[in-house]
Amino acid sequence: MSRLVSLIALLLALMLAGAPATALAASCPKTTVADLEDEVMCPVCQTTLALAREAPLAKRERAFISQLVRGCKSKQEIKQALLDQFGPTVLALPQDKGFDASVYVLPIVGGAVAAGAVAFMLLGWRRRGRRAGTAVPRRRSTRSEDLLLEAELDRLR
Amino acid sequence: MRRAWTTTVGLIVIALFVALLGYGVLRSNRATSLDAAVASGKRVAPPSVNLPWLDRSEHATLADWRGKVVVLNFWASWCPPCREEAPLLARWQPQLTSAGGTILGVDTLDVASDARTFMAKNKLDYPSLRDRGGDTARAFGVAAYPESIVIDRKGRVAAVMRGPLDDTFMRDHVRPLLREPA
Repeated sequence: MSRLVSLIALLLALMLAGAPATALAASCPKTTVADLEDEVMCPVCQTTLALAREAPLAKRERAFISQLVRGCKSKQEIKQALLDQFGPTVLALPQDKGFDASVYVLPIVGGAVAAGAVAFMLLGWRRRGRRAGTAVPRRRSTRSEDLLLEAELDRLR
Repeated sequence: MRRAWTTTVGLIVIALFVALLGYGVLRSNRATSLDAAVASGKRVAPPSVNLPWLDRSEHATLADWRGKVVVLNFWASWCPPCREEAPLLARWQPQLTSAGGTILGVDTLDVASDARTFMAKNKLDYPSLRDRGGDTARAFGVAAYPESIVIDRKGRVAAVMRGPLDDTFMRDHVRPLLREPA
């Protein structure tokens, strides 16, 4: 009986010891090295980490990311840490602030300008068409023309 | 009126495109012109250097070493040839210091703590700056690591080594500069 009690006590103690680790794991952001490999560059190789398998810098970056993943850092925190150590060229996508933001802003501005240009052209065509319609009014046929048309239609019938 | 407006916009777009192309070409040519100048025996002004120290946030420029022969060594702790080159740098630094010269390390694209460990482990006591994103290295045309640029006492580029330094290069290209007046 006492052996059973001590076994249960031991099991309880083990569960309690494991609880903080389980809680930590549950709150830890689920990021992996593979998740970041397409978004991080090896600046010396000029490719993403996913493509630079053997380059020494790529290996170091991968190890650096691994260490931060183990330290429970989120994807954004890891990117910031990479930026702090290796500078802006380490990110495959430019940042969304400062001059780099133009990469995201310019396509929107370009799209708006293109849409405006198309609208402007369409309006121009429409206006020109309307003007053409008023400038040359459709002429009514004369009596002789009507008779000619009738005769031609009779011939065909 | 409309035709004139379209022509103006077209010309502006073409001018912008040509300017962008020219900027790209000039930027890529700067380093090759440095090598070409040195190869033809000319000494030219180096690109600007304004970087923080590896172990503190204050900045340093090449002008801080004016009057000295500077072996500007671009390196990184993750680079295997840099590890092989380190003993040579440790051996030459005391000789350079006693003759009015120095090695000036530029740690590039590296984890700062790795770089500091590398310096301590290899007993490298020369000054080292930190080129976090590699902009300065690119301005000097550094494509692989290590590479070294030798600056004379007047602050001009006197020699370029695209690869690890060796004793022959140090004897033939650095030592004679130490005998030149400031």
